[in-house]
Amino acid sequence: MKYTLAVLVENRPGVLTHISGLISRRAYNIESIAAGHSEEADTTRITIDVEADDEIELEQVVNQLSKLVDVIKIINLTHIDSIQRELALIKVKASKENRSEIVDVVDIFRAKIVDVSRETMVIELTGEESKVDALYELLNDFGIIEIVRTGKIALSRGPGAAKDM
Amino acid sequence: MLGAEALIKSLENEGVEIVFGYPGGAVLTLYDALYQAKFPHILTRHEQGAVHAADGYARATGKVGVCMATSGPGGTNLITGIATAYMDSVPLVAITGQVGVSLIGKDSFQEADMRGITTPISKHNYLVKKVQDLPRVMKEAFHIARTGRPGPVVVDISKDVFNATIDYEYPETIKLRGYSPVVEGDAKNIDAVIDELKKSTSPVIFVGGGVNISDTSEELRKFIETTGFPVTASLMGLGCIASDHPQHLGMVGMHGTYAANMAMSECDLLVGIGVRFDDRVTGAVESFAPKAKIVHFDIDPAEINKNIRADIRVIGDLRWALPLLSEKAATREPQKWREQVQAWEERLNAWRIEGPLSYNQPEGLIMPQAVIKLVSELTNREAVIVTDVGQHQMWTAQFYNFQNQRSLITSGGLGTMGYGLPAAIGAQVGLPEKLVILFTGDGSIMMNCQELATAADNGFPIKIIVMNNKVLGMVSQWQRMFYGERYSHTILKGRTDFVKLAEAMGVPGVRVTKPEELAATLEKAFKAEGPILIDISLPDTEDVLPMVPPGGRLDQMILGS
Repeated sequence: MKYTLAVLVENRPGVLTHISGLISRRAYNIESIAAGHSEEADTTRITIDVEADDEIELEQVVNQLSKLVDVIKIINLTHIDSIQRELALIKVKASKENRSEIVDVVDIFRAKIVDVSRETMVIELTGEESKVDALYELLNDFGIIEIVRTGKIALSRGPGAAKDM
Repeated sequence: MLGAEALIKSLENEGVEIVFGYPGGAVLTLYDALYQAKFPHILTRHEQGAVHAADGYARATGKVGVCMATSGPGGTNLITGIATAYMDSVPLVAITGQVGVSLIGKDSFQEADMRGITTPISKHNYLVKKVQDLPRVMKEAFHIARTGRPGPVVVDISKDVFNATIDYEYPETIKLRGYSPVVEGDAKNIDAVIDELKKSTSPVIFVGGGVNISDTSEELRKFIETTGFPVTASLMGLGCIASDHPQHLGMVGMHGTYAANMAMSECDLLVGIGVRFDDRVTGAVESFAPKAKIVHFDIDPAEINKNIRADIRVIGDLRWALPLLSEKAATREPQKWREQVQAWEERLNAWRIEGPLSYNQPEGLIMPQAVIKLVSELTNREAVIVTDVGQHQMWTAQFYNFQNQRSLITSGGLGTMGYGLPAAIGAQVGLPEKLVILFTGDGSIMMNCQELATAADNGFPIKIIVMNNKVLGMVSQWQRMFYGERYSHTILKGRTDFVKLAEAMGVPGVRVTKPEELAATLEKAFKAEGPILIDISLPDTEDVLPMVPPGGRLDQMILGS
């Protein structure tokens, strides 16, 4: 099963080395990892999607990550009502003939066209992973030149903050 | 003051009495400051010797061991030692010089990324580029190394930091948001353990290195003697309970005793105390203690369910848990505890009689097991025993009669050949009044034999027993058992003269080839003032037995004759 963890870490050099080093050494199955500043200047927030057989295996991942001195707190968002999003930029082949067809697809997905050239378009999409996958599938018919995805970020619904959970 | 002087002040503030190290370009200013401060420092002959010596010092005394090396190769030569300390939870601070700040990342002369290299093998690491960070980093490094589950911390310091000036002030407090080891756990879990203990008819108490590290063998003994329950130990747990204690079944695992391994396999309750259920202990995990409920005491929550799933966990320092456990057990009459395990005792005794540790003693040959037993008797079981890695290490574990915590210093987790000699030096530095004996092999000794010179220069009176069978014993045993006697690169030919080697380094050496000479030679050697090497000729095909084949079940051992 796939689990989503919010990991609060010290905003210091070397922290990502420690996290990625641990994940690779313990051979954990990480599907995505996304890091950025948090509401506190000295704290970085990392969202990690991890595949684990069960809660016991997940607990191992959490406990091993928690052992890192730089890791302040880990919150398991899997069973907490939360908003989960990913950002994708997709460069797709777009000729005069099929450009409008692509625009239709983009509209259906509420995505945005952020760059157009004679032969290509760049499409920006925010959404859950499955939505990004679905758009990718459709655009593939036109020919995708490249795609970049941020990896999932997640935030709980309601008034509480992860650091207080 | 200079950064280099600030570092030495920090060591003084932490109560460091001595460091082990080797100088070089990036630490010249640091070594100049050491010189001027007359700070005690042992010069080893290789950085690997320095880190293992600091490790041996830490294991023998319980204090944080400190070693120093220069940048690049100096630092990378520490790696095996840092990994060794990490696997066995040894408190260590390893200080390395790094190239100048502007040269970092440019593949500069003698540059290596210590932080990147040591990330998977250290408890924590730092790269110090600004002198004002140095006191805080040193304070944190020592705190992290010695608290919770101890471990090695690497502090990589740019040479610019040593040369920069600072208004030195050592911080009094530590602010580490992500580090707060559990000391006192949940006492309710201990009640749950007591309930299980009361219900069990065939319990085993399995003790490990955590008891040695936390110096709680006395508390453990109280608990054991209150209940009368049988005890087994991992390699790292030897010494916590006297080897000849009537309740001690011996070491468990690959070369464990028959009784200990059978008890682990047949028990209905297994109480692991300060253990990590290493694969050398468990054999095949799916058939490990198949009938037992598992209780796991550990300070490190990440150890719970890592290898073996626990039914009851007690997370916390054993200095908190064991007194509580022993106190709660003592509220019940000792007779009641004993009654419930009477039938179990009979089975245990039958296993003891069925499969005692044994070996053949052919006429005219010195047998390795006999050497260990003899040393055990001659030293009145009071010595600090250090080993290298291989057959001699397992025979020491099996046949030496350990009586005290911290009396066996051995590389258990990483199994580092070459650990023994420098670790023995470190142990002797930490415990100058103790008789320190090193059991090593003709394979292992060569991996750090340059430290004979360190022992000689400083007159450290360590007694080095080379168990010389002219082969890489443990590997050749596996080749004999599992690889059709194809001795691929394990025959050492025996042309190396260890007595001459020792003498060339300034350490006297003696050779023993006949059983009748052994006792007198050892006795004389143990009374010698300085270091001495005793080269003992042994047969080359003796196996360590019993043996659980790799990945096999604990109750399916290959037994001795």
